[in-house]
Amino acid sequence: MNYSLQLMMALPELVLSVGAIALMLVAAWGGHQSTKLVSWASIAVLIGAGVALAGPASAGGEAFGGLYRPDMFAAFSKALIFLAAGVSILIAPRFFQQTSGDDLRPEYPVLILLSAAGMGMMVSAGDLMSLYVGLELMSLASYILASFMRRDTRSAEAGLKYFVLGALASGILLYGISLVYGFSGTTLFSGIADAYASGDQKTGLLFGLVFVFAGLAFKMSAVPFHMWTPDVYEGAPTPVTAFFASAPKVAAMALATRVAIDAMGPAIADWRQIVIFASLASIVFGSVAAIRQSNIKRLLAYSSIANVGFALVGLAAGGEAGVSSVLYYMAIYVVMTVGSFLIVLQMRDAEGRPVETIDSLAGMSRTRPGLAVAMAIFMFSLAGIPPLLGFFSKLQVFLAAVHAGLYVFAAVAAAASTIGAYYYLRVVKVMYFDEPAPAFPGRTDPIEGALLVLSAVVISPLGWPLLGYLEVWTGAAAKALF
Amino acid sequence: MITLTHYLVVSAILFTLGVLGIFMNRKNLIVMLMAIELILLSVNLNLVAFSNALGDLVGQVFAMFVLTVAAGEAAIGLAILVIYFRGRGTISVEDVNRMKG
Repeated sequence: MNYSLQLMMALPELVLSVGAIALMLVAAWGGHQSTKLVSWASIAVLIGAGVALAGPASAGGEAFGGLYRPDMFAAFSKALIFLAAGVSILIAPRFFQQTSGDDLRPEYPVLILLSAAGMGMMVSAGDLMSLYVGLELMSLASYILASFMRRDTRSAEAGLKYFVLGALASGILLYGISLVYGFSGTTLFSGIADAYASGDQKTGLLFGLVFVFAGLAFKMSAVPFHMWTPDVYEGAPTPVTAFFASAPKVAAMALATRVAIDAMGPAIADWRQIVIFASLASIVFGSVAAIRQSNIKRLLAYSSIANVGFALVGLAAGGEAGVSSVLYYMAIYVVMTVGSFLIVLQMRDAEGRPVETIDSLAGMSRTRPGLAVAMAIFMFSLAGIPPLLGFFSKLQVFLAAVHAGLYVFAAVAAAASTIGAYYYLRVVKVMYFDEPAPAFPGRTDPIEGALLVLSAVVISPLGWPLLGYLEVWTGAAAKALF
Repeated sequence: MITLTHYLVVSAILFTLGVLGIFMNRKNLIVMLMAIELILLSVNLNLVAFSNALGDLVGQVFAMFVLTVAAGEAAIGLAILVIYFRGRGTISVEDVNRMKG
């Protein structure tokens, strides 16, 4: 195939990596003063990469000898990833200014760009090698982002924990990859699928499958590989936490879906048990452990664990309906979770330092009624209460599971989701019925305010018209895998 | 005669030692970085052994990628360790406990 067409297929990642390298030079040359320039240029690069998705990058087929798959599935996931990355760049400057007195350094947007390039590579991977390189590019940039507030001991500790456990996860994944390679004789997803279908070397391939799924579960923080999540979410700077809770989750989920369907599709009976266990354990543990949290960032961390469990319900269902429900769920989840973190960013004490306790939200309905309404919308939506969009995303994954004949599993997962409602509603109760705590001072930054209104409107019943489009897009994306 | 099985067994032992090194080590964070390297090296041994047994070069190319990434990973790990030490004045594993719950 002609080489320039292959380059066009990988254009989103090329734009991101060339942009990141160029902006790194600008950052090195311009120093601290260049932060604003680099931030806005990074947004432009992300938009450029998003526009590039419309070309050959979503047309299907394969590039570079099967290493790279530019299909609709990848394009949809990348659109979500770029959106979340852009938001995390926009919300950063004010937070860093108020927290450390130290202005935002220009490396921050560059690292987000590199991480986004890695995630793009991950979701487009058609080979274990591109999978690994993409995953590591994402992870290495994330480790630095987690410890970005260098003088804050909590941030450094978060980075350290994320690094050690993330590197362990990569090691486990890699060990699984080496076994899959050895027993199937190839690293191409299509060749691996043939090996699973043929039934030779069954034991070795099964070991590989278990290790690969353990590594992927780690990256998307599914139980029993979730232990790093609350600590990293609490310690990392809030804009970075918002990033971790959105973009890498989508990327890891999409990657797990592609590996499960594309490479290990014939072994669905084997991985389905693993996914069902991880899913139920994540939903139950994420919901129960969140109940006794007093820190809002930790609460949202456990909420993200439970949400990964729900998305895994769709993956366990398998098939086209299952895959489209996973993407459907992740799209709505990203909007809800980014919105919740935008509220967390508004929580500050009289001196402008960030506060993170749930008690400080008390009586917000009287002191900051607009914020309280938005937070209530996000919390009700995360709990899955109609008519908000969070209800429809849960409905989709449960429907997919029921259509796949997993009745008991769907029923148990739906029942367990009511546990989660308890702690989401507790936040609403604190905001609306408790005696007011000191109000959060200051006005909401115009950009943050606009993003907040936008995400709240999308999640509210006013966002219903979008659901039709979402169904069409996720359907087309899922078709690309079959 | 050393067969593929021998290599796989050695690599499995190295991998297990690496994982144990992360979970059972209570003293020093640097030891954890060494354990991570051990895991990655066991994977490399696996890849190269398989590559030789299969007569397929992909495994060796993959091992090159792993080596390169491992170097980057070690650099970032040490950098994070340095800022952690500057803030806390210790690299003992037991002291990594600012956040709980």
